[in-house]
Amino acid sequence: MNAKDFKVVNKSVRKIDALSLALGKPSFVADYKAADALYVKMLWSPHAHAQIKAIDISAAEKMPGVKAVLYYGNVPRVAHCTAGQGYPEPSPYDTFMFDKKVRFVGDRVAAVAAETPEQAEAAVKAIKVDYKVLQPVLSIDEALADGAPIVHDEPDATIPIPVPYEPKKNIVANIGMDIGDLEKGLKEADFMFDRSYETQYAQHTPMETYVSYAYIDSRGRIVIVTSTQVPFHCRRIVAQCLQIPVGQIRVIKPRIGGGFGSKQEMLLEDVVALMTQRTRRPVFWEFTREENFMTGRTRHPIRFRIRMGVKKDGHLTAFGMDALSNTGAYGGHGLTVIGCCGSKVLPLYHADHVHFTGKVVYTNLPVGGAYRGFGATQAFFAVESLMDEMAEAIGMDPLKFRQMNHIRSGEGSPVFEALGEGKKGVPMTIGSCELDECIRRGAKEIGWDQRGDWRDKTGRFRRGIGMACLMQGSSVPEIDMGAASLKMNEDGSFNLMVGATDLGTGSDTVLGQIAAEALGTTIDKIIVYSSDTDMTPFDVGAYASSTTYLSGEAVRKVAEKVKTQILNTAAEMMEKPVGDLEVRDGHVVSRDGGDISFTDVSLYSLYQKNQFQIMDTASHITHKSPPPFSAHFVEVEVDTLTGKVKVLRYVAAVDCGTAINPKLAEGQTEGGVLNGISYALTEEYLFNAKGRMTNASLKDYHIFSMRDKPPIKAILVPSYEETGPYGAKSVSEICINGAMPSIANAIYNATGARLFETPFTPEKVWRALQARPA
Amino acid sequence: MSDQQKIRFLLNGEPKEFQASANEKLLTVLRREGVKGPKHGCGEATCGACTVLLDGQAVYACILYAFQAAGREVTTIEAVGDFDRPHPFQTALVEEGAVQCGFCIPGMILSAKALLDENPTPSDEDIKMHMDGNLCRCTGYEKIEAALHKVIARNAKGGAR
Ligand code: FES
Ligand code: FES
Repeated sequence: MNAKDFKVVNKSVRKIDALSLALGKPSFVADYKAADALYVKMLWSPHAHAQIKAIDISAAEKMPGVKAVLYYGNVPRVAHCTAGQGYPEPSPYDTFMFDKKVRFVGDRVAAVAAETPEQAEAAVKAIKVDYKVLQPVLSIDEALADGAPIVHDEPDATIPIPVPYEPKKNIVANIGMDIGDLEKGLKEADFMFDRSYETQYAQHTPMETYVSYAYIDSRGRIVIVTSTQVPFHCRRIVAQCLQIPVGQIRVIKPRIGGGFGSKQEMLLEDVVALMTQRTRRPVFWEFTREENFMTGRTRHPIRFRIRMGVKKDGHLTAFGMDALSNTGAYGGHGLTVIGCCGSKVLPLYHADHVHFTGKVVYTNLPVGGAYRGFGATQAFFAVESLMDEMAEAIGMDPLKFRQMNHIRSGEGSPVFEALGEGKKGVPMTIGSCELDECIRRGAKEIGWDQRGDWRDKTGRFRRGIGMACLMQGSSVPEIDMGAASLKMNEDGSFNLMVGATDLGTGSDTVLGQIAAEALGTTIDKIIVYSSDTDMTPFDVGAYASSTTYLSGEAVRKVAEKVKTQILNTAAEMMEKPVGDLEVRDGHVVSRDGGDISFTDVSLYSLYQKNQFQIMDTASHITHKSPPPFSAHFVEVEVDTLTGKVKVLRYVAAVDCGTAINPKLAEGQTEGGVLNGISYALTEEYLFNAKGRMTNASLKDYHIFSMRDKPPIKAILVPSYEETGPYGAKSVSEICINGAMPSIANAIYNATGARLFETPFTPEKVWRALQARPA
Repeated sequence: MSDQQKIRFLLNGEPKEFQASANEKLLTVLRREGVKGPKHGCGEATCGACTVLLDGQAVYACILYAFQAAGREVTTIEAVGDFDRPHPFQTALVEEGAVQCGFCIPGMILSAKALLDENPTPSDEDIKMHMDGNLCRCTGYEKIEAALHKVIARNAKGGAR
């Protein structure tokens, strides 16, 4: 199925915005700020949990340059959810623009807009707040303890869909499913395991922090230029918060400096919109790096209990996962992330009895959000670690053990139907799956046969090889929608308008390639314009690995419709039956050798006869979420004296269906892998006893640099997904999931030490080395 | 506002005069004056998004006081290449698919330019040390390195710029 005769798709055409970005042309939100814009500064809560007894903004209001101060007393109180998701959201409405209560260090207290950042900062310092400090909830255990302080005791916190939500018990979500009987499965096993794992708080840290800019246009509407992954959801949530019609707001996403999930959130836009509405001045707000850490979104720390049973022959009798997630002070992505721990991980391996529970709790710590991998990252660490342990118990090569049990083309999993987003899922049979080939090629590349046994390794520095298998999804089936419109110009070029949101991933290029392929033209003829709520059709935005698969199919559909218009027009011009015509290289050609250019077709349609605009719109929803699959391999060196782990090389073989743009798909893979390595080894929020993050700087929160980086080899293993545009599935998220488990397994292969807690700092590794049985 | 002073320096080859207060950073002044190539990524000398050249050396404009540039030459990405004639590293970055979000890229290019101007064929170790101050969260650096190696290979063949 792979050998399709593509002209534009499956080619590494140049990313359409690459040169202008490399030339440093103004492209980002901050580059568009008007010289007379006001600057916003926020007073953030210094307490993890407190009631605001009194607040006095009068001195701040009189400070030089100050144009507006916002706090709970002068803004609408509207319970909402900042997570940008479908509507109604599968998340609690537990957030207010400003509230009388603060729920984490870094929660909003009051905002100032002033002529200069210094003036705004000075005014923030002049706001007087009298806090009643409450006992904070600083861990999962504290959240669930009897008599625990209640993070959300306000009566107006609700959830807009019918799922369990018990804020009085600090419980955000509580889901589960059973297929068969886990206990029975465990009894039937020759070996049964019951293990616990725990992952840490971490952050996306895009190089561009959160930033938004708003102004009033000549007709009095609010325009928000913002670094967002979800322009349409952002518009809807801002309208909700300001209680104005959606039509009064235009959201524009220019180029943005990375997102990785963090910007699937409305965190600044309500404030800049209200400030500009009140002052009639342009308003600009950019987070400092410290603010980005303290108040921006994070990866949920999750605790797992994994129970699995295996027969001596490698057959899995039981597969149970109990996941307990800390969503911090607000519950935006709580339910959906914990759901993906199950739905994106459990289907990878067949087992007789499957069990899942997911519980999410509030604490007075930073807020969990969407982060590339979305729950699967944390869960694969647990499951893939245990897969290795089981393989060793039954004396089977971990690679063969996985090959024996993983899902294949033509197979389904009851989990797909059982677990959805706040409701039942959608049943699915796997179409394309080249996981076996990923495993074969990755193993060969890393030299799997040479890995040896840790018991035979000696010396201070010991090397080991580990691996992990992964899957993800492509869009949220029967919920997410993407749309595109396409218009032909008189020189044979086309305007492609998409709501889809390019975060730097290259989706504008990929969608342009899909349009060019369908139209029989070249990528330079496609003028892509994306993510402007006034100008482009709707799209849910960039999340859930949806853009290529979902929005890409909307683009393919609209391009087919426009092609039909072109062919019909050409048939009229050439006086030939339309069935004899086809598009090729920017021309319409007929079987008998007739040939007219797109330019001629367009000139005819616009100026000559039966004039009309060649143009159309198409929408797409999916009924499947076909998983990409991947096998990751890593070689590490462990310093047994200090516990320091060095990654020597990394191989990621990935089946993303047809790679629409192979170089960009490799780039997604390599970037995801390095982020995963950095997350596995160093990245971690540290807190003091009062719940304040103590390392909110890139000095102290270490993300990998070019010097830290091991060689990373991305191998694209082609498959053809019949339901995707030209056979494509997703590629953006999956490869962040592999580093943690494969490195854990490599550390074991090097030393015999098993890691159950992340990240794998020298101290943790050293302790695990000491804990090895003698 | 009272501590405003005049600062003169050569910006991208042209003599310029700016008003700036004593504690203002070069990045703030440049961006205020419409030079948007240098980016604000951290403001604390940790990411490299703000990198400019000061007398040919790569520096963080976010921690450099504007007055420290007085009388010297500042080069920003605006002076490196254009659509018709990009710098070889810019071309290589585009060809290799190394530009994802592009936020780190101007800084990367200026750091690499400082390195290549001094030594057209640096070693792998030189590269890793020199580029350590420019963080990229999107690419995993693989393709940025590949682009750099492409330029260096061309330089080694005698195609020095
Ligand atoms: S903005 Fe200057 S180093 Fe980050
Ligand atoms: S390309 Fe996005 S930070 Fe480097």
